[in-house]
Amino acid sequence: MADFLLELLSEEIPARMQARARNDLARLFAEAASEAGLTTGAVATFSTPRRLVLIARDVADATEASREELKGPRANAPEQALEGFLRKTGLKRDQLEERDGVYFAVIAREGRAAAEVLAEAIRKIVADFPWPKSMRWGDGSQRWVRPLHGIVAMLGDAIVPVEIDGIASGATTVGHRFHHPGPITVGGASDYAEKLRACHVIVDQDEREALIRDGAATAAKAAKLALLPDEGLVVENAGLTEWPVPLVGRFDDDFLDVPREVIVLTMRTNQKYFACTGADGLLAPAFVCVANIAANDGGEAIAQGNARVLAARLADARFFWEQDVKVPLEEQAAKLSGIVFHEKLGTVADKVERVAKLARWLVEEGIVGVSDDRVEEYSQPRESPTKGGKPVEIPGVARDMLAGLVERAARLAKADLVTGMVGEFPELQGVIGGYLAEAQGEPTAVADAIRDHYKPVGQGDEVPTAPVTVAVSLADKLDSIVGFFTIGETPTGSKDPFALRRAAIGAIRLILENGLRESVYFIAGEAFGNLFAPGGPLDGHKHWDDQNVADVTHFVIDRLKVQQREAGIRQDLIDAVYARNADDLVLLLARVKALQGFVETADGTNLLVAYKRAANILKKEKWEETLRQAQGERDGLEGEEAALVAALDAAEPTASAAIEKEDFTGAMAALASLRAPIDSFFDKVTVNDPDAAKRERRLNLLLRFRDAVNRVADFSRIEG
Amino acid sequence: MSLSFQDLILTLQHYWGGHGCVLLQPYDMEMGAGTFHPATVLRALGPDPWKAAYVQPCRRPTDGRYGENPNRLGAYYQFQVVLKPSPDDLQELYLGSLTAIGIDPLKHDIRFVEDDWESPTLGAWGLGWEVWCDGMEVTQFTYFQQVGGFECKPVTGELTYGLERLAMYIQGVDDVFDLKFNDAGVTYGDVFRENEVEMSAYNFEVADTEALFDLFKKAAGECERCLEAKLPIPAYEQAIKASHVFNTLQARGVISVAERQAYIGRVRDLAKAACGAWLERSA
Repeated sequence: MADFLLELLSEEIPARMQARARNDLARLFAEAASEAGLTTGAVATFSTPRRLVLIARDVADATEASREELKGPRANAPEQALEGFLRKTGLKRDQLEERDGVYFAVIAREGRAAAEVLAEAIRKIVADFPWPKSMRWGDGSQRWVRPLHGIVAMLGDAIVPVEIDGIASGATTVGHRFHHPGPITVGGASDYAEKLRACHVIVDQDEREALIRDGAATAAKAAKLALLPDEGLVVENAGLTEWPVPLVGRFDDDFLDVPREVIVLTMRTNQKYFACTGADGLLAPAFVCVANIAANDGGEAIAQGNARVLAARLADARFFWEQDVKVPLEEQAAKLSGIVFHEKLGTVADKVERVAKLARWLVEEGIVGVSDDRVEEYSQPRESPTKGGKPVEIPGVARDMLAGLVERAARLAKADLVTGMVGEFPELQGVIGGYLAEAQGEPTAVADAIRDHYKPVGQGDEVPTAPVTVAVSLADKLDSIVGFFTIGETPTGSKDPFALRRAAIGAIRLILENGLRESVYFIAGEAFGNLFAPGGPLDGHKHWDDQNVADVTHFVIDRLKVQQREAGIRQDLIDAVYARNADDLVLLLARVKALQGFVETADGTNLLVAYKRAANILKKEKWEETLRQAQGERDGLEGEEAALVAALDAAEPTASAAIEKEDFTGAMAALASLRAPIDSFFDKVTVNDPDAAKRERRLNLLLRFRDAVNRVADFSRIEG
Repeated sequence: MSLSFQDLILTLQHYWGGHGCVLLQPYDMEMGAGTFHPATVLRALGPDPWKAAYVQPCRRPTDGRYGENPNRLGAYYQFQVVLKPSPDDLQELYLGSLTAIGIDPLKHDIRFVEDDWESPTLGAWGLGWEVWCDGMEVTQFTYFQQVGGFECKPVTGELTYGLERLAMYIQGVDDVFDLKFNDAGVTYGDVFRENEVEMSAYNFEVADTEALFDLFKKAAGECERCLEAKLPIPAYEQAIKASHVFNTLQARGVISVAERQAYIGRVRDLAKAACGAWLERSA
């Protein structure tokens, strides 16, 4: 047994492709080895900008010889059958063995030397490598992510001979591009990493990542700064360097006027720098870049050069910022009528109009309001924090005031889409609008809403709680869902081009986490109304109907099930409660949770069994509501019947009252009180009594029991 | 002492001339990038080897800033090197050119950062990098895979140096107009600032858009006539002309988002047809 080393040396591999390339290399190697029957120990893969490396421990010296026997046709079978068998096995007739009138093919494979198998594996890996994009170079037709220059392939200390497109394998590679550009001969897997380290190449990306992570933090600390951690940058810089050296650079304080997000984003995306904060926790005019050399001047020239590049970029950003600040957001918003949102749903200005109406309506209907503990925030006059703008007073919590703020925020929320800043940094939509609103003296609540109205983006993102933001965000998402449903662009399978599932999850989280109490159906209906309003893009089109609204409501409930799965809420229970026309999500979920608590107790499990038994009997007997008689006289009831009637008499009003009061645990307790009487009933009483009157009476009782349970939740939808 | 703008050009010419490139002069037509020069586009097609280096003035009307922005120009210079087939040591040759102009790779951080190149108007694409020097992009380094919609076989290696940026880096100046043009006290601003001011005004405010729309149609028509006459080089020139007219119309802001794609497609069709004719003729 020996260790196998493979290094594929090329020109610089894009950083973003390296992690997947390591996995693909490991997978292709494992496939090739297992196909050939070559056993190996642990396999590890590494990457640097210029190399992809695989080390397989304890590779067997050879593959095992194998013998396989295939049963063929009978000797007296038709000729075609024999011909088919010969084709399949690749043998001639005289190579077959005949035993007991049946042909057998014996296929023996000799063991092959590991080096031979490995050479074949290397050829296959290079030929099949799934680079996201590959290229040709020079005169050749070989493809690789960038020109391939060398192959180190060694089993133990021996070269595994292989040649690919004129590149012969060997034991020679190169060190760092600038520190050690000459050839290095390695002895095998055992000394590879150490030999390269001596030549300024750290082969293991994890080690480079750690060096960058810790080195950047240390460098920042030495300059009395704190690094803003960014794991994506750590990985990217590790993919750009063979010998990472973090260096601190500085930029002019003046640039701190530019919104913080813009500075951080410029540094991260354009330059791959880490941002830093000062002792006060605010963004510092400094950065950490990661060089690929141990510079002969200690890195001074590199830090200065990078600082100059950043200054030019920030000057550009500041230019856009200064231009944008001069134009009132209202003026920018007017330009949205020139941008198509979707050809069938009108312009972005049309969408803004709908969102403003719907958001305002959410407040006017009292669906979004100011909770008691936050009234204070909305009753104090407050000053806008900006220097230039006039102080804006928010005097009272009147619904009208809130509605006004909401409408204002909604009308300005998309205005930043036409700013130069968002043109340069599209991922800052909202954020830029928030800054501009603040700088232009909009009320803080409006600026906050503009900034945060895209939130929450997906499951992990923070959910807005400020009422103005909540109203705009919810209206924006609902308008998109309703709009795309109307034009038939509903998500199917893996396709969700307009991210409606994400929008629905966002809406659900806004509703649940802010305790917004209203029927989804009702809100969706209003959104439909807006969409088809006179003057809107769908004015004059076929009208919407209840089915459209129901489709959207079902879609939201489906997303709720997915969203709640992680929290351990059972989907069948959501269905059971939703079937009771409960589509106020806050109530729905409270009821589902109470139900889940109940059905998982002994009482709940037994009651469910009894319910199913009752439902089955009723179904079998085709006993329906129509057959039910008026409350019969109660005389002559047998003991268990009387007990059940009494229990129902008590439980029904209790359960109803509890549901009315939204006391779902109470409702469940009322149901629990039925468990003992119904169990005794089934134990002692025969429903199908020969006496027709008794039978009818008992079926009616079961019907009453079933309906009583069903009023709390549709138990027929509960599994188990 | 660091190299002046003109010495930078001379040094690069000397270096690449020494590596077997024919040193060409700029093409005498308006174009948006050195790549458009027929010595790159047409010579990248077909089987014949080719090595050339040249300076190309580039015009990007939308990037003009009236001479007020220290980093943006409506007209600037690229130094273009094409080597076909791309040699195995192209990266080393390139790094040698950086050393020649005074950049010490053990003092400055030279990096090859992924940047795939695509020219929708030429129907061309390639893979490569932008080369960074201390975080500044100084060169576009590309292995052409397709030009005019045709596979490049063999592959041409293309190096495009942004001369102003490179000179700013070497000279350590923060404003392009402060660059030393020569060692006798003439600055880049002395030579070109007025051009920037007037050309920005022309491109953004004055250019007669109707005449330009007309010119676009005429160039396209002329290109087609040349194609019929089996004259790929004049056909290609007309495609370049149409491309520049389109760029000016863009700067004037009279081409809508929807129309933009249609114009690019039209130029691409012309360029592709010229490339096809070139291949046919040399086949």
